[in-house]
Amino acid sequence: MNKAICLDVKGMTKWFGGLAANQDIDFFIEEGEIVSIIGPNGAGKSTLFNCITGFYKPNSGKVSFFGRDIYRMRADKICKLGIARTFQVVQVISDMTVLENVVTGALLRFSRIGPATDKALEILAFTGLIDKKSLLGTELTIADKKRLEVSMALATQPRLLMLDESMAGLTPVELREIIALIKKIRGQGMTLVIVEHVMEAVMEISDRVVVLNSGKKIMEGAPKEVCSSPDVIQAYLGDKYRVVC
Amino acid sequence: MKNLSLRQITVGLAVLVLLLIFPMVVTQIFPLQVMILVFMYAMLGVAWNIMGGYAGMFSFGQAAFFGIGAYTSSFLLMTFHVNPWIGLIAGGVVAALVAAAIGYPCSNLRGHYFAIASIAFAEIVRVHFNNWTLVNAAEGISLPMLDESFINFMFHNSKVPYYYIMLAFLILALVVCYFVATSKMGYYFRAIRESHDVAEVLGVNVVRYRLIAIMISAFLSAMAGTFYAQYVLYIDPESVMLLAISIQIVLLSMLGGAGSIMGPVIGAAVLIPIAEVTRVWLGHRGTGVDMLIYGFLITIISVYQPQGVWGLLSRIGNRIK
Repeated sequence: MNKAICLDVKGMTKWFGGLAANQDIDFFIEEGEIVSIIGPNGAGKSTLFNCITGFYKPNSGKVSFFGRDIYRMRADKICKLGIARTFQVVQVISDMTVLENVVTGALLRFSRIGPATDKALEILAFTGLIDKKSLLGTELTIADKKRLEVSMALATQPRLLMLDESMAGLTPVELREIIALIKKIRGQGMTLVIVEHVMEAVMEISDRVVVLNSGKKIMEGAPKEVCSSPDVIQAYLGDKYRVVC
Repeated sequence: MKNLSLRQITVGLAVLVLLLIFPMVVTQIFPLQVMILVFMYAMLGVAWNIMGGYAGMFSFGQAAFFGIGAYTSSFLLMTFHVNPWIGLIAGGVVAALVAAAIGYPCSNLRGHYFAIASIAFAEIVRVHFNNWTLVNAAEGISLPMLDESFINFMFHNSKVPYYYIMLAFLILALVVCYFVATSKMGYYFRAIRESHDVAEVLGVNVVRYRLIAIMISAFLSAMAGTFYAQYVLYIDPESVMLLAISIQIVLLSMLGGAGSIMGPVIGAAVLIPIAEVTRVWLGHRGTGVDMLIYGFLITIISVYQPQGVWGLLSRIGNRIK
């Protein structure tokens, strides 16, 4: 298979004062892949997300998106080029309805409300929130808020979707639902990068896994390989995974 | 007009008709004066609402734009005999440009930091005008008398023309606000109000949309400023650039309901008559009584009805439906 490189990150480095939150991180994603980024808290996963999507200005490195340089580009321009993301702490517009939230995202590609609303309804049907379209952002459960955030990201019609802990804090049932949704999104040909702690989900949906620890990449490979690596077990997974994998 | 129900349109038209026949029925000067001020403050509130209510930039410096509008047209009229209607547009443009110039460096300021910056900005403008000899400094500008006509924006014998002009200005501001609120801009403003992060992640150019909001707001405020100058025919920094004016604008918008199109109009209709009536009845002994009443009303409203009087009215309206 000879697929296009969707995202190519080289030597990404971000300092917070004397602390290197990301140090010389290299990784790439091919079009259509699902890549998970795992690692203990403070490993630099969200920082990496923020550096790629323009919310932080990295100190050095290179990022290209389908061959186009997006290093230190402004966040809204990166979104316009086709990278959408969600936040670890879920971000929706609390005094708008579910529909209006998604319309706001769709307005990136439509200048009029009418067509944007049609697109938003289509996306809500796809993500299964259509019955709740008239509820306010504040009235949703955490699982629905995360689903809404994914819907808003999809409404910007990205080519790459980056999800930051979309599964944290969900019940097992909600977890199954969000995994099903991610698989469905992937079925549409979307490329995904996922930061996740829920290992069952990571194992199930990822094509490749990148492991960060203390700001550095310590391992990269297929899910099976990664979770049988002694380094990864020691740094993150813990001994119980010796048995599971 | 797809977002307006038939009932809203009916009520709106009925109110409009009442306002149009009001000067024919009521001929005393005082009620007309109060109504004109209500319209003017309502317009200032609507202008504030576009940046404060929708885009979440709590400006306590609207008096600067109001004053710049008043001064631009008056200065042009006094010095170059420029027609006040042209001065009106010029004032709006100058205010919008000043707003962009100050708004750009303030792009990253949110919440109370933005509010503090807006107060500082307005006070700097006021102090500057108080000392600027080109515009007569603290002496102020007395507008030259022109013949009474619509073209000259000057009427000597009656307040009625001013009443209709100000009403038309207010309707214009409401139409602008309606189109902002129901367009892409309105959605983006509300996203920015929620947080800059959520706006940026949806591809919103936050700096650009914030500037658009500030500039529309400044333009409309300046129009009200020119109106005031033509109405009173005398301006000085203490009458058109006072912090109290800025605060009044925020208070009435919040009381009426920030972030709704009609909120500031309701707020002005409640607060301005209170201010005027207490001022006339109690004279100088009553200074501040209107503020006491405001304080009381605002406490009540913010505890029981944070969406303002408009929120209360629409809840009642929904129940009747």
